[in-house]
Amino acid sequence: MTGDGTWVPSERARARSTFRRAQRRRATLVAGVATAVVLAAVVYVVTTAPGWERAREAFFSPERAWEVLPDVAAGLWLNLRVWVVASVVGLVVGMLLAVVRTSRIAALFPLRMLALVYVDVFRGVPLLLVLLLVGFGLPALRLPWLPVSAAFLGGLSIVVCYTAYLAEIFRAGIESVHPSQVAAARSLGLSRGQAVRRVVLPQAVRNVAAPVASMLVSLQKDSGLISILGAVDAIRAAQIATTGDYNFTPYVVAGVLFLLVSIPLTRLVDAWSARQGWRRELHGVAGAGVVR
Amino acid sequence: MTADRPEPLLSLRGVRKSFGSGPPGSPSRTLVLDGVDLDVAAGSCVVVVGSSGSGKSTLLRVVDLLEEVDDGQVLLDGEDVADPWVDADAVRARLAMVFQQYNLFPHLRVLDNVTLAPRVVHGVRRRDAEDAGMAMLERVGLADRARAYPDQLSGGQQQRAAIARALVNGPELLLLDEVTSALDPELVGEVLDLLLSLRTEGVAGRATTMLVATHEMAFAREVADEVVFLHAGRVHERGTPEQVLGDPRQERTREFLRRLR
Repeated sequence: MTGDGTWVPSERARARSTFRRAQRRRATLVAGVATAVVLAAVVYVVTTAPGWERAREAFFSPERAWEVLPDVAAGLWLNLRVWVVASVVGLVVGMLLAVVRTSRIAALFPLRMLALVYVDVFRGVPLLLVLLLVGFGLPALRLPWLPVSAAFLGGLSIVVCYTAYLAEIFRAGIESVHPSQVAAARSLGLSRGQAVRRVVLPQAVRNVAAPVASMLVSLQKDSGLISILGAVDAIRAAQIATTGDYNFTPYVVAGVLFLLVSIPLTRLVDAWSARQGWRRELHGVAGAGVVR
Repeated sequence: MTADRPEPLLSLRGVRKSFGSGPPGSPSRTLVLDGVDLDVAAGSCVVVVGSSGSGKSTLLRVVDLLEEVDDGQVLLDGEDVADPWVDADAVRARLAMVFQQYNLFPHLRVLDNVTLAPRVVHGVRRRDAEDAGMAMLERVGLADRARAYPDQLSGGQQQRAAIARALVNGPELLLLDEVTSALDPELVGEVLDLLLSLRTEGVAGRATTMLVATHEMAFAREVADEVVFLHAGRVHERGTPEQVLGDPRQERTREFLRRLR
């Protein structure tokens, strides 16, 4: 029954609301004071450090920052392109690998073994090592059709590793869907493939949306590793800028630029998944209403 | 019910509760409890009946302070525990609730499920807590399953373990929220028998005070001192089980009972 517009809160109910409002105000105040204290402590420790004057000059020079900003930002553009391409390829191939690994079709056995080995190897080898091996190993083969630009080889290494990570996350998501869901789908007459595509995967993706999103944010930041192959991304551009005068401000600029991308990205993903109701649905769960 | 009835342990006065978005009173909210009055005397058993969605579960959750009320009083020994300045944890420690879905902790053995609250909330030493826990498992007939994990038990056993977990703290009031609804029919009996014995024999010589929401009319007839019929968030009829279930005065109650047959 809805529409209870006739109800007038009692004196008692109003007193309780007033109390709860006061408590919320108090909580806000406590949060504010705690934040101020921590910030003040950090500022104090840093600014009273013996080397603060020199460190500020070497790492936080505003003039130097302004000078190098265009170069570093141009480098970041490369990072963003690598990130987008690697994300798309990683998501698609990772999902395919996960489906292959969890499928029970006999004919796919060789593929299943291949996927297993691939994931085992590239999940277990440090990304840096893969970068070095791909970056310097593949050009040594002198394949005429293979692009050998540092950006391509670096991007390829990242794709190879992140595809393995994403495949594992998707596999966990697929396995988190209760078998009775497949039973329900099959009992309705859906084929094995239809059950996977229409019932299992949508739920699997929802279950792992948060870890996948955090993987993509992490990919964005790891795209900076291609700089070790010589690709002029944000980090490499910053490094070039520091060589002349040993002023490390460009690195700080690069760090800030990375944050400017990754922090909004994280918030965006959070907001999006909340709006989709992709977080654990608390509505109607016993105990979810515990308030004090 | 006689006039010399003692001061009730629990009294609800004009309890109102709505769910949904917006502040209480806004038209987008669903009204679940619409001014409920109810008394439970110490040592008695009050059974709330009514169809699904009538507000039975919400009523119990309000008593256990798992839900905030829009308005009204929840008086425990005369103290209004619905007031937000009351220590809710201390109130909940005096009560105990058994849920429809058992809600045993799957990562703990049965005995550890039972001893968790005594050890963590009431500061009982592990040895003493386990002695008391074993005694309680003995009481519910599960002493031999103390080392098992919940998923190794049948539904009826799990629910009996949940009842042992609820009773081990010696609660002043036991809240039972449709505790047999999730059980297979052949397992319902063992749980109802246990609850019945908690009324007739009690625990440590004291009959357990109960507020029960149930669909089991036979059980209500057998254990209830008072039956309360809830419909659309309001108490429509209350009285002895013989009267409410045998000779209901309200048309709504009659209709509800007809549909059960």
